[in-house]
Amino acid sequence: MEILDYAFMQRALLAAVLVGITAPAIGIYLVQRRQALMGDGIGHVAMTGVGLGFMLSWSPVWMATLVSVVGAVLMELIRWYGKTRGDIALAMLFYGGMAGGVMLINLAPGGTNANLMSFLFGSLSTVSQEDITAICVLAAFVIVMTLALRRQLFAVSQDEEFARVTGLPVRALNLLTAVTAAVTVTVAMRVVGLLLVSALMVVPVAAAQQLSRSFAATFAIAVAIGVSVTVGGTVTSYYEDVPPGATIVLLAIAAFMVLTALATPLARRRARALELAAGDPAECVLPEAGAKVADERVPASRGSTDGLGV
Amino acid sequence: MSEPVISMRGVRAELGSRTVLRGIDLTVLRGEVVALLGANGSGKSTAVRTVIGQVPVAEGEIELFGTPRRRFRDWRRLGYVPQRTTAAGGVPATVTEVVTSGRLSRTRLGILRKADHAAIRRALDLVGMADRAKDSVNALSGGQHQRVLIARALASEPELLVMDEPMAGVDLASQEVLAQTLREQVAAGTTVLLVLHELGPLEPLIDRAVVLRDGCVTHDGPPPKAVGQHALPGHDHVHPHAAPGAEPLRTGLLS
Repeated sequence: MEILDYAFMQRALLAAVLVGITAPAIGIYLVQRRQALMGDGIGHVAMTGVGLGFMLSWSPVWMATLVSVVGAVLMELIRWYGKTRGDIALAMLFYGGMAGGVMLINLAPGGTNANLMSFLFGSLSTVSQEDITAICVLAAFVIVMTLALRRQLFAVSQDEEFARVTGLPVRALNLLTAVTAAVTVTVAMRVVGLLLVSALMVVPVAAAQQLSRSFAATFAIAVAIGVSVTVGGTVTSYYEDVPPGATIVLLAIAAFMVLTALATPLARRRARALELAAGDPAECVLPEAGAKVADERVPASRGSTDGLGV
Repeated sequence: MSEPVISMRGVRAELGSRTVLRGIDLTVLRGEVVALLGANGSGKSTAVRTVIGQVPVAEGEIELFGTPRRRFRDWRRLGYVPQRTTAAGGVPATVTEVVTSGRLSRTRLGILRKADHAAIRRALDLVGMADRAKDSVNALSGGQHQRVLIARALASEPELLVMDEPMAGVDLASQEVLAQTLREQVAAGTTVLLVLHELGPLEPLIDRAVVLRDGCVTHDGPPPKAVGQHALPGHDHVHPHAAPGAEPLRTGLLS
């Protein structure tokens, strides 16, 4: 394990594990509320933060956190108050954020677009000690939020109107989701890069869905897949000298494809078990051929009040 | 037995620039079962959604359990079944997970105690879905989705049930199950306000029907009998599930 002898690789692996946990942990709620691409939008906005960080010589990670939190809150506000063309406003925000980042980095003293590349696509060797401190603090926030408030976030993401009628603070929870997603983007920025962050929020969840029936299992499997691909991608990029962000995302997509291929026979077996449990006849019985059989079986399993096989 | 649970006075509401409710008066007393009927676009869903605070009221007053709706915070007393064709979201979830959401109004910080788990199980039992508790909602039929949504509303053990078209897209066998569930709730003293497109198997339960037309109340009294073509002798609705020799089914289409 000579890989662990280098301080930069220790930092990179720690960051990879934290990204592997946090990105799917918040991503599952975004997928559940069908806003899977929100992370992508926040990633664009975060670029302005990176640019500002360079310009003012502050930590780009903290600056990106600040700007992407502001951007995420703005997106939530547009969703509330936006009338017909909320999507246009969001497009302005996304691409304005990206263009702002490119412009600011070019204006920064000694800044070139080369600096930008490491933020866009991730770069393990440049994860500094200050970066790792920030990543740990931010990741702790994301993990605590997504676990402690899981039932509330589940309810709001599943059926927002119903959640409001149960008296949950829906606006506060929506803002919290947006802020947590923004924080996750900056946690993942150094490892997978801003342009690929969203993939790590969405793809492990999509892959986990192929196997699971419950939300809790989807959450656990998605985090397991997330950690596997981030660590796998980081180690691969060390030995093979390939970009870590791209490696991680391609590994995640490969995991999705493998699980999808495995899921079809699994789903078929489950469906068969369910049919047997419900007592449905294995095959259709034509009325002429077996009127008596059908008469006996159908009312038994489709009776109006027994609640079975409806 | 006579205190109003819901009281609407002169309620007007707009969706966008269109006036949907033009001054609705509606009172639901404790223990009553009131059906809101009317054609598509008559404002029945909007009326229900003003009651639960999901559509702003332009004019008029609404009280829930004697409290002005604006100041009403005791949501645990109310169970809501929204108009949905599915209980599923973007991620798989089990029947229990979905029904648990309905219990959050009775928990502090979403921590479930023994009594909460028991209430969730009871709600599943009431709709006859206890044996499907661990199944994914994605694997359910339309009628079962509605039963899950009703169990979710029952999980908080509400005094008032507000349901928006709970029978939409549900086959007759499931409608019977839901009617039985509702009968038990009503027998236990629950007040019910529900939007219906047709009375169907619920007819014997309904104390009062309120018919809306273009945002105005046109009838408030006993459930109307079937009219027009549906009341003609010999107009039997034929349903494939009906057992031979059973009496013709009352569907009482009203619109």
